[in-house]
Amino acid sequence: MANIYEIEVDCANCANLMEAAIRKVKGVQKADVSFMTQKLKLELCEGYNEKQVLKEALKECKKIEDDCEIYF
Amino acid sequence: MGKIIIDILLALIILITAAFWLYAEKKDGGALKKKQKNVIKRILISSIIVFALQFVSADVFDMLNIRAFAYAGRILRLAAYLVSYVIIGGDILKKAFRGIKNKRVFDENFLMVIASLGALALAVYENGDYLEAVAVMIFYQIGELFQSYAVGKSRRNISALMDLRPDYANIETDGNIERVDPETVAPGTVISVLPGERVPIDGIITDGVSSVNTSALTGESIPRDVAVGDEVLSGCINLTGLIKIRTEKSFGDSTVSKILHLVEDASTRKSKSEDFITKFARYYTPAVCFAALALAFLPPLCKMLILGGSAGFGVWLYRALTFLVISCPCALVISIPLGFFAGIGGAGKAGILIKGSSFLEALAQTKIIVMDKTGTLTKGVFEVSEIHFNEAEKEKLLEYAALAESSSPHPIAKSIVSAYGGEIDRSRITEIEEIAGYGVTARVDGKLVAVGNGRFFKKLNIKCESLDVVGTVAYLAVEGEYKGYTVISDTVKSNSAKALKLLKKAGVKKTVMLTGDGKAVAEKVGKELGIDEIHSELMPEDKLRIVGELLKTKRKNERLAFVGDGINDAPALMTADIGIAMGAMGSDAAIEAADVVLMDDDPMKIVTGIRISRKCLSIVYQNIVFALSVKFISLILGAFGIVNMWIAVFADVGVMVLAVLNAVRALSVRLEK
Repeated sequence: MANIYEIEVDCANCANLMEAAIRKVKGVQKADVSFMTQKLKLELCEGYNEKQVLKEALKECKKIEDDCEIYF
Repeated sequence: MGKIIIDILLALIILITAAFWLYAEKKDGGALKKKQKNVIKRILISSIIVFALQFVSADVFDMLNIRAFAYAGRILRLAAYLVSYVIIGGDILKKAFRGIKNKRVFDENFLMVIASLGALALAVYENGDYLEAVAVMIFYQIGELFQSYAVGKSRRNISALMDLRPDYANIETDGNIERVDPETVAPGTVISVLPGERVPIDGIITDGVSSVNTSALTGESIPRDVAVGDEVLSGCINLTGLIKIRTEKSFGDSTVSKILHLVEDASTRKSKSEDFITKFARYYTPAVCFAALALAFLPPLCKMLILGGSAGFGVWLYRALTFLVISCPCALVISIPLGFFAGIGGAGKAGILIKGSSFLEALAQTKIIVMDKTGTLTKGVFEVSEIHFNEAEKEKLLEYAALAESSSPHPIAKSIVSAYGGEIDRSRITEIEEIAGYGVTARVDGKLVAVGNGRFFKKLNIKCESLDVVGTVAYLAVEGEYKGYTVISDTVKSNSAKALKLLKKAGVKKTVMLTGDGKAVAEKVGKELGIDEIHSELMPEDKLRIVGELLKTKRKNERLAFVGDGINDAPALMTADIGIAMGAMGSDAAIEAADVVLMDDDPMKIVTGIRISRKCLSIVYQNIVFALSVKFISLILGAFGIVNMWIAVFADVGVMVLAVLNAVRALSVRLEK
C-alpha cells in the first residue's frame, strides 16, 4: 500500500536526488518524489514502522537540502 | 565603455528586482514565500553595495593607504566586496560546504562557489575586478528566485485547474443547514446543495430542479439539466436551484475523490524523458567539473612544456571557472517535469485524465488504435434507425406501433416508444397481448395493431417482406394489413466518423474495431466509419488475444492503444500499451485498469488526448534540445575565452526562463468539437 505525503523541496534536481536517497533508506520498497506537486509517494516493505522510515528518509533529505520538510 | 554597460546592468537589476517585489506583494497577494522575500532583500542590498562601489575606483581606496599599513585601502575595498559577497552568497556557501560534508560534492551550489571564489581569488591577486564574483552570485540568485516563483505560480495554476475538492457538505436538520466534513457523511444521507456550490458526494436527486456544470469532470461547458431521479456526480457545480441529493457512495468512493487520487498519483509516475534527464544530470555535473579542471591545467601546461611560452595560468583558470558557471543543469531539470505536469493539467481541464507522464509520452507515439464497438464507437443503446412505413401515414403508424408496444419492457419496444416520443394515452389501448419471442398485439383506438418479428407475422398469417438488413426488424400490421417495418439497431455516435478521420490525420496508422456482434453489423459500421480492420463475433477473451497479436506486429517505437468502455474489457485495457477507458466515471474496474480515462464518452476526446500529448512532448523535446545546445555552445565559447562569466550566467538564467515559459505553454488546450 503506497502512501502519499506532502514534501517541501525547493529545486527540481534536489527532488531527484532526494528520491534516490529515500530509495536507499532501509524499509523503503518504492519511493517517488514529484517536484511539481510536492508529493512523496512511499511504499514500505513488510514489517517496517512508517514513522521510523520517514524519519530516516527526512534525515537523508536534509543532507541534500537542509530546509526541506516531509509532513507525516 | 564596458564599465558603463555594467553600471546600467546593475542599475537595471536593482530596479527590476524592486519592481518584481512590489508586483508580487501587491498584485499576487502573498505569493512570495518568506524564503523568497529574504532572497529579494539580499539581492537588493548586495547589488546596491556593488553599484555604489562601482563609482569608487581602486585608486580612491589606494589613497587611504598609510605608511604604517600600506595595503589598508586595498583591504578595505576587498572587505566591502566580501560583505556583499557573503550577503548574496552566504547560504550557497553553506549549502556547498554541507554538500561536501555529506559526500555529495558535485552539485550546483558547489559549482557556483568554486566559480565565484575562483574569480574572487583572481581579483585579489590582481587587485582588479571583484565585481565579477559578486555578480555571478547575484545572477545565480535571481535565476533561482525566478525559477521558484515561476514554478510555484504555475504549480498553483495547474493545481487550481484540478481543484475539485469540496470543503463541506450541507446536511439539513430541523430546517437548519449544517456544514459538515464530506468525509463524515454516510451513504444514504440526504444533503442539500445550494446554487453555486460544488456537489460534494455522488448521489441521486430527491428534490429540486437545477442545471449543473460538469465541466470540471468532462470538459463539457454546456450545463446539464437535472431533476428528481437523476444522478449527479461529485465535482459538478450546481448552477440554478437548490437540490437535495441522497448520497449513493461515501466521499472516498465518490467521483471527485477518485479523480483527485488519480491526479495526485499521476505526477509520481515518471516518463522516459524525465528519467533521461535525471540520469543525465547525475553524470553531467561531475563531467563538467573534470572538464573544467582539465581546461585549467592542460592547455597552459602544454603551452609551457611544448611551445615553451609563458603558461598564462590566470587566463585558463578564468575560462575554467566560466565553464563551471555554465554547467548548472537547472533549466533542464526543471523544465521537463514542468512540461509534463502542465500537459497532464491541460488534459485534465479537457476531461482527459492521464495517469502519469509516461502514458502521456506513450499516447503521443500511438500508431495503432484498437476500439471496442459497443459503447465506444456506438452508443450502446438500441434505437430505431430506419422507418419504412407508408410515407403519408408515417406519423400515425409510428404512433400505433408505440401505443401497442407501450407496456412492454422489451428493449425493442422501448426504442419504438422513444422513437415516437409523444405522449402515451393508455386509455386508447385495449386487449394487449404479448407473446415472448414473437411480438405484441393490441387494440389502439379500436383497431387491431400487431408489431413483431417475421415469425410472429407468419404465425398471424400476415404477409410481409423478408429482409436482409443490419439490426433487428419489427414489422407492423393494422387490422391484419401489412404496413411496413422499422429497423432497430445500436446507433453510431455522431462524432465517431469524424474522430476516426482526425485520428488518421493525427498520425495513427491503423484503426481496428473489435465486437461481439454479428459480421453483417460489424462490417456495416466499420465501413461507415472507415475502419481498417474489423474483427466480429468475438468472445470477451478473444479481444485480449487480438490485442496481444496486434502488439506483436507493431514496430519498436510505436504504441498500441485500446479504447473501451470498461465493461468486460479490463484485461484488454491492461494488456495494451495504453488503455483508454471511456465515459468510465462510473466503473471502478475501468479506472483501475486504464492508463487514460476519458470522463465522457465522446470519441473526439481520443483525438484531443493525442493532440495534447503530441504538443506536450514536442515542448519537452524543444526544451531539451534548446537547453542542451545553448549549454554546449556556451561551453565551447567559454573554453575559447569568447564568453566571459557574466554572459555565461546570463545565458544560464535566460535559458531557464525561456524553458519554463515554454513548458507552461503545454497547459493551454484547444478542445476538439
